[in-house]
Amino acid sequence: MAALVSSHLPALQVVLALLAAPVCLLLRRPNASWAVATAITWTLLAVSIALLERVLQSGTIIYALGGWPAPWGIEYRIDLANAFMLVIVTVIGSAVMPYARASVEAEIPVERIYLFYCMYLLNLAGLLGIAITGDVFNLFVFLEISSLSSYVMISLGRERSALTAAYRYLIMGTIGATFYIIGVGMMYMVSGSLNMADLASLLPDVGGSRTVMVALAFITVGLGLKLALVPLHMWLPNAYTHAPSVVSVFLAGTGTKIAVYAMMRIIFTVYGGMGVFDDFGLGEMLMALGIIAMIGASAVAIYQDNAKRLLAYSSLAQIGYIVLGISMASVFGLAAGIVHLFNHALIKAGLFMALGCIFLRIGSVKIEDMKGLGKAMPVTMAAFVAGGFGLIGVPLTAGFISKWYLLQAAIEKGWWLAIIALLISSLLAIIYVWRVVEAAYFQDRDKKAPAVSEAPVSMLVPMWVLIGASIYFGINATMTMDVAIGAAEALIGGIQ
Amino acid sequence: MGIMAVIGIAVARLHNLFAVVMLTGIFSLTAAVLYVVLDAVDVAFTEAAVGAGISTVLMLGTLALTTSEEKPHYPGRHPWALVLVLLCGAALIYGTLDMPPYGDPTSAIHHHVAPYYLSKSAGHTGLPNVVTSILASYRGYDTLGEVFVVFTAAAGVLLIIGRAKIGRRRTRRMAPGELSTSMRQNVILRVVSKLLIPFILLFAFYVQWHGDFGPGGGFQAGVIFAAGFILYALIFDIDTARTMIPPHITRFGLAAGVLLYTLVGVASMLKGGTFLDYSVLAGDPVKGQHLGILLIEFGVGITVAAAMISIFFTYARQER
Amino acid sequence: MDVINGFPGLMNYWIVVFLMMTGFYIVIAQDNLVKKIVGLNIFQVSVFVFYITMGKIKGGTAPILADGTEIYSNPLPHVLILTAIVVGVATTALGLAFVVRIRDAFGTIEDDEIQAMENED
Repeated sequence: MAALVSSHLPALQVVLALLAAPVCLLLRRPNASWAVATAITWTLLAVSIALLERVLQSGTIIYALGGWPAPWGIEYRIDLANAFMLVIVTVIGSAVMPYARASVEAEIPVERIYLFYCMYLLNLAGLLGIAITGDVFNLFVFLEISSLSSYVMISLGRERSALTAAYRYLIMGTIGATFYIIGVGMMYMVSGSLNMADLASLLPDVGGSRTVMVALAFITVGLGLKLALVPLHMWLPNAYTHAPSVVSVFLAGTGTKIAVYAMMRIIFTVYGGMGVFDDFGLGEMLMALGIIAMIGASAVAIYQDNAKRLLAYSSLAQIGYIVLGISMASVFGLAAGIVHLFNHALIKAGLFMALGCIFLRIGSVKIEDMKGLGKAMPVTMAAFVAGGFGLIGVPLTAGFISKWYLLQAAIEKGWWLAIIALLISSLLAIIYVWRVVEAAYFQDRDKKAPAVSEAPVSMLVPMWVLIGASIYFGINATMTMDVAIGAAEALIGGIQ
Repeated sequence: MGIMAVIGIAVARLHNLFAVVMLTGIFSLTAAVLYVVLDAVDVAFTEAAVGAGISTVLMLGTLALTTSEEKPHYPGRHPWALVLVLLCGAALIYGTLDMPPYGDPTSAIHHHVAPYYLSKSAGHTGLPNVVTSILASYRGYDTLGEVFVVFTAAAGVLLIIGRAKIGRRRTRRMAPGELSTSMRQNVILRVVSKLLIPFILLFAFYVQWHGDFGPGGGFQAGVIFAAGFILYALIFDIDTARTMIPPHITRFGLAAGVLLYTLVGVASMLKGGTFLDYSVLAGDPVKGQHLGILLIEFGVGITVAAAMISIFFTYARQER
Repeated sequence: MDVINGFPGLMNYWIVVFLMMTGFYIVIAQDNLVKKIVGLNIFQVSVFVFYITMGKIKGGTAPILADGTEIYSNPLPHVLILTAIVVGVATTALGLAFVVRIRDAFGTIEDDEIQAMENED
């Protein structure tokens, strides 16, 4: 039995989540479906860690689905890059589950909770499916599973704007997916293959074909829509602001991150041998967009009155950092981007959890309503401050580590503009984090406002686990950095 | 294709949403005809059933629940939209310049993976329909994902508008109820439908089991089955239709289909193959493949039919 | 039939591009929420036509094996598009469900009016 499980770990990573979703639909009980979802998510965490360990020990794992070897069948191809992504997604998912119970009960009608967990599991399966696959069309299918379920989950927010946010996300997301399949179609047309590794070896023979380059452009724009790369970000602030708290936590930690991964995979693995950075100025273009996001979105964040929207704009800026890392096209820059992807997932999920706790108690996340919460909800607000330090990049937080490496990579490249942008963006982060801190600690709560107590332990513990982890990885960064460098090497292998 | 272009422009200009939806249906049908010309019979079948059938029904349902007239706007509100579209179009045209000419048998697309399917699939799965072989076996995992997309959509619709009480009704609009009342009173319609529906349902079963040999398969069968049922509900009585297949049955079917599909995959893992490797399911690999394909196609059929019926009833319940 | 087969080289693809862009224009330029979804449908169907077109081989037949036939059109694009059609209808169903709820919450399905209302909120 153990040998059986061990040989099918890659399949189990996705299949368990897929199996659990219809089971939740059949159960129809809120608590039972929560229990199933939690058990499955934690099992998936164990699976992803086991996979990561195996990849670290013995290299890339290939698993042919249906027993048909690629390129005829679909294969999973797990190297350090996707093994690390699987861990990120399952870590956030596992932390979200215990947190979700109280928060979901408060925000979603009880007769629909089982459907909510069904959607959550589908979303998880979709994200894992994207990370694990080695086939460009299969990536599209799982992208759609995760996207459709995200639209549904976002629409469950209390305000009516949640509906329009979900609708607009659906339109933008579907345009993105359609652009992606246009690109995939063009690649397939000139090469005859859909397998990533196979494409990587076939495309250089096609050479500088205009079709291949337009394909890359459409895929980049399509995925850019999904990962909310400025200026394709319009859907994100509303979606994160109006979604139920748990959904904001989960999506902020995983959704855009997986799209970033997909973009890395296409650019570096599939197009690795094409010299897209030297000949086509892709690096400069991405760098420009990354910098605009880092400064522009941070500046907009300062003027937000709603703390959730503030964090959403901050997320756009952080995506800018990761894209900056991609644009450097060096192992070190990419590794810095990947580490930031991981660190930011922890920090942002933790911060959104803090806001979820606040929403549970005061029913609002407007900054003006958060006055005096430093005294009323000390544990929650302390977590927010610690996470905020991470966003700024204060030493001894994970945010510092990733910014530090990005800075070094930029110096190595001699990109002074990027270095200045990093500094300005960090200064702006101080301002927007300060706005919340000021309200919570230096202003008193309205006398008339009802008394507020601390959030339940079931929500505080997961929040502090994530925030604590982000501090731990700020002090001891060897492990994450080693994996990230390995992941970057795996991705970039085609170029060198 | 010319017809499709004209329809596309008409859709952009028209304000009556009923006309727009109908034109979209015709657009899909034209596309289906084109697919037949281009040898894609399975795709044509599906496009006709889905694009022209299910999508149109859903859109009409939405119009009945909302409004059928678009508010007039002054033209040229979004100048940037045209610029963006022209830009994308130019990029695509630029991209086509290095494409192999249409129908060229020497182009790369026809020489890498495709010949393998065409020459080996009969030996591997024993099925003459290569599309079914690829869909259900070589790329069976994609199809699993696709069924889960349908599952997600059906569960999502249930979550979004299921049992929600629609409150305000400010403007008057034609409800499907009225539409179906007028249909219900039409004797010819009733008689013809009564004769037709059993055949539609029978045809669905035929398509389900015949997909291995001719065009068709679980997905098309599921859609046709659902369509026959929806026709019954529209022309006779939604309530009777719902008592025939109550919500808990559709919900069960929804889950059972995807579970069946996934469990076939799990069974092949237990029998020593990889996930969805049907060859190990029976003593002889070809028989195993055949068994696996039959089972998963059945799973697809159940989930798709249940999903379509569930989505339709969720819409229909809105109007009262 | 011959009209389609008679097109020289790339003409087919150019028409497909035109169709795609018509759909894309409807999605981004229209304010009516239902029409946006119609546009999305047209956009997607055009992409499907693009895939099927590239799979065609002149003189080929449908990829259902039969004795006496030598050339078959490429079956793989057909499979991909079967999947994509299903994904498309799933998206449509979900999008329309949102439209129904939006109409209920805002009393309109025109995007500019909704935006005006949201700004007041």
